[in-house]
Amino acid sequence: MNTVLRHKGWTWGFRSTVLLYFIVLIVLPIIGVYVNSFSEGWSNFVQSIMDPIAWKAVLLTIRLAVIATLINVVLGTMIAWVLTRYRFVGRSFLNSLVDLPFALPTAVGGLMIMLLLGPVSAIGKLAESMGFEIVFHQPAIVIAMTFVTFPFVIRAVQPLLEEIDPSEEEASYTMGASKARTFMQVILPSMAPGMISGGMLAFSRGLAEFGAVVLVAGNIPGRTLTASVFIYGEIESDNPTGAAAVSVLLLTLSFLILWLINLVQMRGRRR
Amino acid sequence: MRRLLIGLTFAVFIVLLIIPLGRIFIGAFEDGAGGFLKGLMRPEALHALMMTGLVVLVVTLLNTLFGIMMALYLVRAGWLSERIKGLLNSIVDLPYAVSPVIGGLMIVLMLGPNSIMGAFFEGIGFNVVYAFPGMVIATLFVTFPLMVREVMPVLQELGSQQEEAASTLGAYGWRTFWSVTWPSIRWAVVYGLVLTVARSLGEFGAVLVVSGNIMNKTQTATTLVYQDVENFNVAAANGVALVLVTFSVGLLLMMEWAKKRKEVH
Repeated sequence: MNTVLRHKGWTWGFRSTVLLYFIVLIVLPIIGVYVNSFSEGWSNFVQSIMDPIAWKAVLLTIRLAVIATLINVVLGTMIAWVLTRYRFVGRSFLNSLVDLPFALPTAVGGLMIMLLLGPVSAIGKLAESMGFEIVFHQPAIVIAMTFVTFPFVIRAVQPLLEEIDPSEEEASYTMGASKARTFMQVILPSMAPGMISGGMLAFSRGLAEFGAVVLVAGNIPGRTLTASVFIYGEIESDNPTGAAAVSVLLLTLSFLILWLINLVQMRGRRR
Repeated sequence: MRRLLIGLTFAVFIVLLIIPLGRIFIGAFEDGAGGFLKGLMRPEALHALMMTGLVVLVVTLLNTLFGIMMALYLVRAGWLSERIKGLLNSIVDLPYAVSPVIGGLMIVLMLGPNSIMGAFFEGIGFNVVYAFPGMVIATLFVTFPLMVREVMPVLQELGSQQEEAASTLGAYGWRTFWSVTWPSIRWAVVYGLVLTVARSLGEFGAVLVVSGNIMNKTQTATTLVYQDVENFNVAAANGVALVLVTFSVGLLLMMEWAKKRKEVH
């Protein structure tokens, strides 16, 4: 067995199989979408994107994802701080619970929001009587995005907080800086790369989110129709080229963010 | 300040995670255990759970195997230039940035009935899209980076000295891998495995687009939950959702356990 496996042909066979698997599975489909969106010419592509329903969906998605990201940066930084700096009962339990939104199917996440805030639930009824609608409206989309992207900022900030050298903080206190000043000038700058890269990850995930959003959004064009739900609708109504055009827009944006995250992380490492 | 922050943290966790989780449990048993079982024992629910199980099994096997190999090549391969390795390395992350719906669309465009390859496969009586193979491919695409990203940092940290020593002592590729490399990366592999299972169990967007969501044929557990909710049959959705939640929480516990073991090594 061993002598057979030592043959050079096996080695090359393995190498090309793995690389081929990678290229066929990851690279080809991505190129395929770009090629397909331009398959009926440039003007057709522009037309697909200039469709008011399409660009409104993209803009709405970006706006709501920004709100969800801001919520997560604030909450996430606070939670990361509490979980690394303070010792209290239930800390390790909360710490393991952070990853729950990653482990949970997004459709189940959507169902949860539906059950808790839907029109038949107590909170939903209360909000409705106050003239404030949640499910099938924009707040539900923000909640869904916030839920799904909850772990990103926490998990990006935590390791940075653990790494801070306590002597830096002590030095700051010794030199007479107040607590607030130490936080602003010593601790916050060390957390910033995590807040930025975690926030950008959360943003790109929020842009892409489909499962949780499709269940709780009303999917009304221009008001509660997000980009990924729009793409799904185009596929269902048998317009793959239109779907591909909007996909290209969303993909390019996501790739740009991914590239920025890499840049931020690289700068963080160099320091 | 300290008390306030801890209190706020607890409040966020309770509102955002614990209450919704509890609501699913209550929802599933709203009509008693009988109602829960009735929702779960529907033939389409059982079939959907079986489909999910099959997809998870095939995807986890393939991506574990290829993920470990890819990580090894990206860190160790002397036959690839650094520049190509860097390029491949950044491509690995792309599925993270791709919306699952777009992932599904990609496969429909490439292998759907209107494409060249799709027409060829259909010609030989082998359906890819709206059938099991397409669902597997879609999930493979979405979960590919998970294993690679878990194994790579461990390999990088390990360095190649021990492996070189083993080769110098006359051990061949396989022997070196099993007795030198594998013991150091195995907990990272376990962690990547759990992540892959969790992600493929919960995959929804890509599978929905590729499978066509045909009841009793290509419907998975998550797409069944979606369909039930769309049909305002929330009570029935709860039973299947509870099964998914139970698995997810179990996987989360395994993740914690694997993480602890990983840190020891």
